Amino acid sequence: MSTTAITTPSRLRVPRWAAPAGIVVLFAAAYLVFRDTGTLPHDKSAPQFLAITDLREWIDDHRNSNPLFLYFLNYIRIFVGSVYTAFQSVLYALGWPGLIGVMGALAWLAGGWRIALPAVAGVGSFGVLGLWQSSVDTLALVAASVLLSLAIGIPLGVWAGLSRGARKAITPVLDVMQIMPTFAYLAPLVLFFHIGAPAGAIATMIYSIPPAIRITALAIEQVSPTAVEASASLGATGRQTLFKVYLPLARSTMALAVNQTIMMALSMVVIANLISAPGLGGDIIRGLSRAQVGIMLPAGIAIVVMAVLLDRMMVALARKDPHSWIGRARFIGAAALAIAGLALTPLLPAEWPDGWTVNFVVQVNDAVHWAETSWYGVTTFVKDVTTSLLLNPLEGLLTSAPWWLIAAAALLLAWRVSGLRPALTALGCLLAIALLGVWEHAMQTLTTVAVAVLVTLAIGLLLGVAAARSSRYSAVQRPILDAAQTMPAFVYLLPALALFETTRFTAIFASVIYAVPPVVRLVEDGIRAVPATVVEAAASAGSTPGQLLWKVQLPMARRAILLAANQGIVMTLAMVVVGGLVGAGALGYDVVVGFSQRTDFGMGFIAGIATVLLGVMLDRITQGADRRPSPQRRKTT
Amino acid sequence: MGVSPDSAAIDVNGLWKIFGPKAERVLKCDDKYLEPTALREKTGCTAAVRDVSFEVRPGEVFVVMGLSGSGKSTLVRCLTRLIEPSAGEIRIDGEDIGRATPARLREIRRHRVSMVFQHFGLLPHRRVIDNVAYGLEIQGAAKAVRHARAGEILSLVGLEGHADAYPDQLSGGMQQRVGLARALAVDPQVMLFDEPFSALDPLIRRDMQAEVIRLHREVGKTMVFITHDLSEALKLGERIAIMRAGSIVQLGTPEELVGAPADDYVADFVRDVPRSHVLTLRWICRPPEPGEPLDGPVLPVGTVIKDAIGATSSSSRPIRVIDGDELAGVVDRVDMLTFLSGQDSAAAVRAGA
Ligand SMILES: Nc1ncnc2c1ncn2[C@@H]1O[C@H](COP(=O)(O)OP(=O)(O)OP(=O)(O)O)[C@@H](O)[C@H]1O
Ligand SMILES: [Mg+2]
Repeated sequence: MSTTAITTPSRLRVPRWAAPAGIVVLFAAAYLVFRDTGTLPHDKSAPQFLAITDLREWIDDHRNSNPLFLYFLNYIRIFVGSVYTAFQSVLYALGWPGLIGVMGALAWLAGGWRIALPAVAGVGSFGVLGLWQSSVDTLALVAASVLLSLAIGIPLGVWAGLSRGARKAITPVLDVMQIMPTFAYLAPLVLFFHIGAPAGAIATMIYSIPPAIRITALAIEQVSPTAVEASASLGATGRQTLFKVYLPLARSTMALAVNQTIMMALSMVVIANLISAPGLGGDIIRGLSRAQVGIMLPAGIAIVVMAVLLDRMMVALARKDPHSWIGRARFIGAAALAIAGLALTPLLPAEWPDGWTVNFVVQVNDAVHWAETSWYGVTTFVKDVTTSLLLNPLEGLLTSAPWWLIAAAALLLAWRVSGLRPALTALGCLLAIALLGVWEHAMQTLTTVAVAVLVTLAIGLLLGVAAARSSRYSAVQRPILDAAQTMPAFVYLLPALALFETTRFTAIFASVIYAVPPVVRLVEDGIRAVPATVVEAAASAGSTPGQLLWKVQLPMARRAILLAANQGIVMTLAMVVVGGLVGAGALGYDVVVGFSQRTDFGMGFIAGIATVLLGVMLDRITQGADRRPSPQRRKTT
Repeated sequence: MGVSPDSAAIDVNGLWKIFGPKAERVLKCDDKYLEPTALREKTGCTAAVRDVSFEVRPGEVFVVMGLSGSGKSTLVRCLTRLIEPSAGEIRIDGEDIGRATPARLREIRRHRVSMVFQHFGLLPHRRVIDNVAYGLEIQGAAKAVRHARAGEILSLVGLEGHADAYPDQLSGGMQQRVGLARALAVDPQVMLFDEPFSALDPLIRRDMQAEVIRLHREVGKTMVFITHDLSEALKLGERIAIMRAGSIVQLGTPEELVGAPADDYVADFVRDVPRSHVLTLRWICRPPEPGEPLDGPVLPVGTVIKDAIGATSSSSRPIRVIDGDELAGVVDRVDMLTFLSGQDSAAAVRAGA
């Protein structure tokens, strides 16, 4: 990547800030002159929206006669659907005592009774929450999607890990897939796979395959080359080396791939409810759209419990001492648990007894109401200050400026930060957004994202630095971050909704709490990764802790911090779009409306594409920052 | 040393290995003769092995020595095409390795040539016994058979009792014994060692060297031994090839290298070697002068000089040095002192520099 950006030699004796300042002044002047011209207001019935709506109608009419559907896409749908149905029928056939017993037994095998007990309690809690059936549906959908994702992701990952060419071909695709906001998958899937469980499973697969591939490839790459060479030197065939060296040595990292796939799937199956996938998502989406935390909370808890449970089991499996076999005691315990559960199935009622459920919708709604009223002063203050100081001015600016001015600004910014090629990509994305007819909404979404990212980075840096400087604080914070990162994205809307009702600010709040944990973690790790010798040298030169931080640790952790920013932006965008459900408006809302109203399908579809374009643009603007030599470094060399 | 090519265990002729995108093209033109840095600048390629030829006799310990980056590892990996050579001919037991099909090549690696690695390359998820049996497992041997064989080999390398341990439970020296056992278990004719002991501490390294010498005596394999440690080379090697920047600059017995270094590079390499520990009486004996008494003690011409010091200093007459039945020359006390002092003064000059 040769960067042609700003390599002007300092022949002209102008201060370094002069050029950027001049450009800013130029843009400001252009804005004042051309303000309110060249804006692209939103038109709900733009021809391109209607065309796509019509396309869907046409496809739905011809789904069973067009050969592409008849001989290809429908088969995929039927296959995925049958995998889901198979899981579902097995899980139901076990009965609820049987399922509790079997899950407990699996947990026992994975990590002993310490994990089995919470597992039994956790699975039981699905029934107690009154969500047995949706939970089982969700579990089946997750199981089907994860199985299929791994069936595709692991071989591809192994291939990418073994072959440099394959890696080169796959990586850019994964990069794009990973910055796609979850919502964006759904509308095209509806076109191809209709709605329902199979479409939901396929959406989930698309979302969870990339990490499976990536981590598997990483696991394979990390295998000691000497072990591989030793195997080859003894005359092993490629297949022998794969099965006897690569796969066993990559095992524990690959368990993490499985874990990550499960977590991604859990978070996606909820969203997939928008295209009528069954399960817990239904309650969450219903609660969200009615702004009723009471309806969401049990389903949210069930999802979190499921996530934590599966995560603990997989982590235990990954950490298991590779040298020891499963002990006999463990085996007997697990078998006893499974058999006990299965034996109870015919004896107990087939459905989870009504008397054993706890219903707290009313109490929760009351509590939320209480929180809203009693914290009204604080929350409103926070909301109003942010809205009037940041959101409104920025949104006014972005929506009243001519589109070409914003495009030019984006081009320059991306060029300055990441180089010419990413800048052109970013420009292309913006132009496409303009052409698609969702400019105004895209600008509104961009505003929300920008504010959320700003807040996220401020908090993330603060907490990250604090954790890097105090091990004691870090020890407290780590488990919280760990827990936060296992939680499905949707769960974050819950507290946001409880505190701020349905407003633009709700989405911002949710995306901040969603994106802060990884940012904190990246910042902390980055600062901690600064070599101890460098820190020691600086300290021995008499630096104060503050100087140490500003002059040594932060500059040296620059890469990690920029990576954190990039990550924060991608996550924030994803969440802000989901925030369309809780009043964030703009693109996210268009997407949601597109699913709920057939006549607006086209608009939702295009809004989905626009979120992807927005994501790619933001990623391109920021990604280059850590790949290019920093200005400081350039100055010294 | 006229050994005919047929009887050589390994015969390497005009071997080249060029890393890089344009290796083929570089090989075709004269660029390949450029200095390494010039070559890299001009073409972006690295010539790791440049026109190397040598042969290894059956049962010999052949040592390849050179500084880091001189191409030793690449050379030894080319022998069984773990790294694909760019040009040249390699014969093992007369068989052309370059022409071998992948299946044939696997056969050769399974039965004829095995290798010991610097960083051991053990499989951490397998017990020691299964690591040792790995080569046999690859060949499809039944479990009982390969475990029996692996057990034998483990006791040969002094690891009986550790069969059920995992590699990470062993010390570095023990791990390398496992690596050695794994290579031995397939009963190869040729063993390749790529700096097997350089990751070990000096005491264990000495043990392991003794181990290799003992094994060589007991099982009599042909060995190609890579090292960058001169004393290791001198201790083990019957012949030593010294590599620089991909080429062999000198190939000879330890005595030849120390006594007659081919160039400054080799001289620099061997300058810290106590010459009296390597050179034999052949290097200092001279024809008897007329009238010199020829009834002194007799020593064979292959005696290392330091072992002859005692005899020379205790005898008032010159030592008679014999080569078989013939008199090769004589050495007296003065010769000995001149040699030793010359060596010392050279060392003193160097120390002062
Ligand atoms: N896979 C490769 N691709 C490109 N260059 C390589 C590769 N392997 C080795 N080289 C280069 O070939 C040269 C010789 O490397 P080699 O590993 O054979 O040296 P060595 O003598 O074994 O060194 P050491 O004592 O450090 O092990 C080096 O300049 C190295 O950079
Ligand atoms: Mg080497």
